[in-house]
Amino acid sequence: MTPAIEFKKLNKSFQGVQANVDISFKVKKGSIHAIIGENGAGKSTAMKILYGTYPPDRGEIWIHGKLWGGRMKPWSSPLDAIRCGIGMVHQHFMLSAPHTALDNILLGVETSHPFFSFLPKPLRPISREHARAKLDRIADQYGLKVDWAAKVETLSVGIQQRIEILKLLYRDAEILILDEPTAVLTPQETSELFVQLKRLCQLGKTVIIITHKLKEVMSIADDVTVFRAGRVVSECNIAATSIEDLATLMVGRKVKLQAEAPPPPLTKESVLHVNGVSLSSRGGLKNLNFEVKSGEIVGISGVEGNGQAELLQILLHPRDYSAIMTGSVNILGKNTARLSTEQVKELGVGVIPDDRLRDGLLLDRPVQDNFLLGLQRRKPFSRNGILSYKQLSQEVTRAIEEYDIRPPLLEAQARGLSGGNQQKIVIAREFKYSPKFLIASQPTRGVDVGAIEFIHKRILRARQEGSGVLLISSELDEILALSDRILVMFDGKILAEFKRGEATEKALGLRMGGAPS
Amino acid sequence: MRLFKNLSQFIKPIISVLFGLGLGLLVTQIAGEDPWNVLGILVRGAFGSKYDFGMTLFYTTPLIFTGLSVAFAFHSGLFNIGAEGQLVMGALAVAAAGIHFQSLPSFVAPFLGILVAVIGGGIWGAIPGWLRARRGSHEVINTIMLNFIAAGLASWVTLYLLKNPDSQNPETAAVAPQYLIGQFSFFEGAPVSMALFLALAAVGVVWFILWKTVLGFEIRAVGQNEAAARAAGIDAAKMRMIAMAIAGALAGMVGIGEVLGNADRFRVNFSPGYGFTGIAVALLARNRPFAIIASALLFGALHKGATDLDLETENVTRDLALILQALVILSVSADGIWGWLGERSRVRNKKQWVNSSLKSEIGESQN
Ligand SMILES: Nc1ncnc2c1ncn2[C@@H]1O[C@H](COP(=O)(O)OP(=O)(O)OP(=O)(O)O)[C@@H](O)[C@H]1O
Ligand SMILES: [Mg+2]
Repeated sequence: MTPAIEFKKLNKSFQGVQANVDISFKVKKGSIHAIIGENGAGKSTAMKILYGTYPPDRGEIWIHGKLWGGRMKPWSSPLDAIRCGIGMVHQHFMLSAPHTALDNILLGVETSHPFFSFLPKPLRPISREHARAKLDRIADQYGLKVDWAAKVETLSVGIQQRIEILKLLYRDAEILILDEPTAVLTPQETSELFVQLKRLCQLGKTVIIITHKLKEVMSIADDVTVFRAGRVVSECNIAATSIEDLATLMVGRKVKLQAEAPPPPLTKESVLHVNGVSLSSRGGLKNLNFEVKSGEIVGISGVEGNGQAELLQILLHPRDYSAIMTGSVNILGKNTARLSTEQVKELGVGVIPDDRLRDGLLLDRPVQDNFLLGLQRRKPFSRNGILSYKQLSQEVTRAIEEYDIRPPLLEAQARGLSGGNQQKIVIAREFKYSPKFLIASQPTRGVDVGAIEFIHKRILRARQEGSGVLLISSELDEILALSDRILVMFDGKILAEFKRGEATEKALGLRMGGAPS
Repeated sequence: MRLFKNLSQFIKPIISVLFGLGLGLLVTQIAGEDPWNVLGILVRGAFGSKYDFGMTLFYTTPLIFTGLSVAFAFHSGLFNIGAEGQLVMGALAVAAAGIHFQSLPSFVAPFLGILVAVIGGGIWGAIPGWLRARRGSHEVINTIMLNFIAAGLASWVTLYLLKNPDSQNPETAAVAPQYLIGQFSFFEGAPVSMALFLALAAVGVVWFILWKTVLGFEIRAVGQNEAAARAAGIDAAKMRMIAMAIAGALAGMVGIGEVLGNADRFRVNFSPGYGFTGIAVALLARNRPFAIIASALLFGALHKGATDLDLETENVTRDLALILQALVILSVSADGIWGWLGERSRVRNKKQWVNSSLKSEIGESQN
């Protein structure tokens, strides 16, 4: 049987960085094919080439036995890819929030009644009935139920993802590429997605899935291709491998998949005290009470959207929220009600934001400027308001080495870095002055196993050195491995508390869904 | 590689400018003029004699200030359309000071003039900055409205408070002579004054603030990603206020050359739209301070060169300067073209790609 896709010696470099080197592998028709590899290994690049986002420097891709490309052009665009039955769900969803699910799916391929065909295309009234009939059929066939009339902004990420997939199916995609589809999903949503993907495959579609979660690879994929430093280092059937093997192949050394926390240091002072905090805005917080002590990691586990974002906001920008908030927050013994963000950070607070692109980085600026962000007022980075670039480049060079940021260039634009390397910049910067209180929100989202191991070690080291850590994560493994205490957040409240070792994945999952004890 | 990149950074805009100018001159052909002749008139008008060159520099000076003003605000993510109003307020403040404090000794007087120009313009810039930061109202609308208010206020102050009793023109009385800064005799009467060097110094200062100070770093961070800047503890509202105040102060410094170096009084409508041309200057320079010198010189030269078109040609007027400005901006903005050209040449180099119209073939294989 001809493979659905065959990569032949694909090469691509960006400004001297070799993102893909002689990539060759095959994807069987009707299979689920996982692609794994470290951050920056070139997975997204290879997939974007397949999707026509940009052309390769050299090499070929064959699709269903035909060479991918056109007559005049050396390569094609996403539009051609869609016409040829290739669809891609990007890591960041591409939906229009104020529009309905249906309109998002139709966007670009609107149909109208033949009666109006005398009008130029943009002026024809959209006929949604026809499209709906087809969509209902697809939804039935693949088991993807969505409320067509709901606005996208009111839907959970899981449903939004479903819409993205429906978008592809509506365009008759035969090959679906999913770039880290589970990074933002809850465990339940993830298992639902997997059921749907399996169904798609049974019905003859081919799925390529990029992920950093090796457990998922084992549970869903038929075959797996491992990338390392722009090359394919292994191609194997899932039956013939194991999580440990894959991790070793990816990173090139043995990786500890589960961080081992040493016994915590004796805890004394409270670094965070949240006292009866309520917030009446959307989502809201309802009478929140908890404490974080120095030398302790407190994990907040919960499905996203249950108040974690609001909690982070009131900790970080207390002054902006003081008018609509009741209760009090003490950070490192100081009531924060009147403090600005800058003053909060000056107390010795480090923050790893969940949305690094929005809250953590200046994408169009070089790595070193991103490292400086937030440290610019400190010595030795500036004296009397004048920046010292010499000191900065020394510090950044050191950080790039310590945190293994790739490519190791001070001047590389943050936008061009892979997700994991972007995250490492944020972490390097926030750990620079050993924060006394660290807020880590989804600190390992989208980063590879090697980097997860590193970040976990780093967080544990901070705890050993006496920092208090508030860890907000929807990743159960992470919460279980790191937290000394686990608080389950649901609907703006703390629903349950577990000590280290008391919680199981199952119990946590249930409480996260709001089940009473 | 680095060198090559820097080089192309210089060469690309120059090619774009030449292309825009060429296109504009072709338009004169349609209008029935000889483009080479028109070009000759423009060049001679702008650089033909010491006097002509002086006049070009005279127009260039305010454009450096307003270009810097727009660029500075832009680095904080704000669009300053109010440079016109800010420069009016700066000039008015200089005239008021020069008329009011008649007996100031001559070694402080010009410095007071500079100071009040900075303050006058700075306040006029800070107002929309404050409104944006604290009230959230959009700076584009506010700066436009403040332009009108500045114009009205200036007319009123000129006609009712500082009127020149000996003149029918809408202008104030003359400032005390010790305020005036000298003109360079080299330019044979063109009013080129120390203000030109002040403008060049301002370029250096702006560059230094933006790229070498904490303040500039924070302002640029806010302009690039407000959420990330805020999360890093930068007070975005404050930074925008400061940026607009500095932008206003830069525009206000236009008043120094005009009042102290040229007219020795405030004349209503003295500016032929320096504030608005400043937007074009900043755009062409991509908001980079040193590039603003070149871009202001280009627009200054166009302005000066085009004044002779009225007399020397049949079919085109000085308004050609506006057309040329517009075409230069358009061709410089068409940045994507470089990528496109690159892609084209790559295509030609890679004939290895076989023709295969994939769509139909996949269609067949599935049927
Ligand atoms: N547009 C770009 N400009 C410059 N460099 C880029 C660009 N896109 C990718 N790169 C570089 O190419 C390499 C591969 O990046 P890619 O995004 O394919 O990695 P990835 O395997 O998807 O990583 P991750 O798991 O972190 O998403 C990285 O070193 C990255 O810095
Ligand atoms: Mg990627």
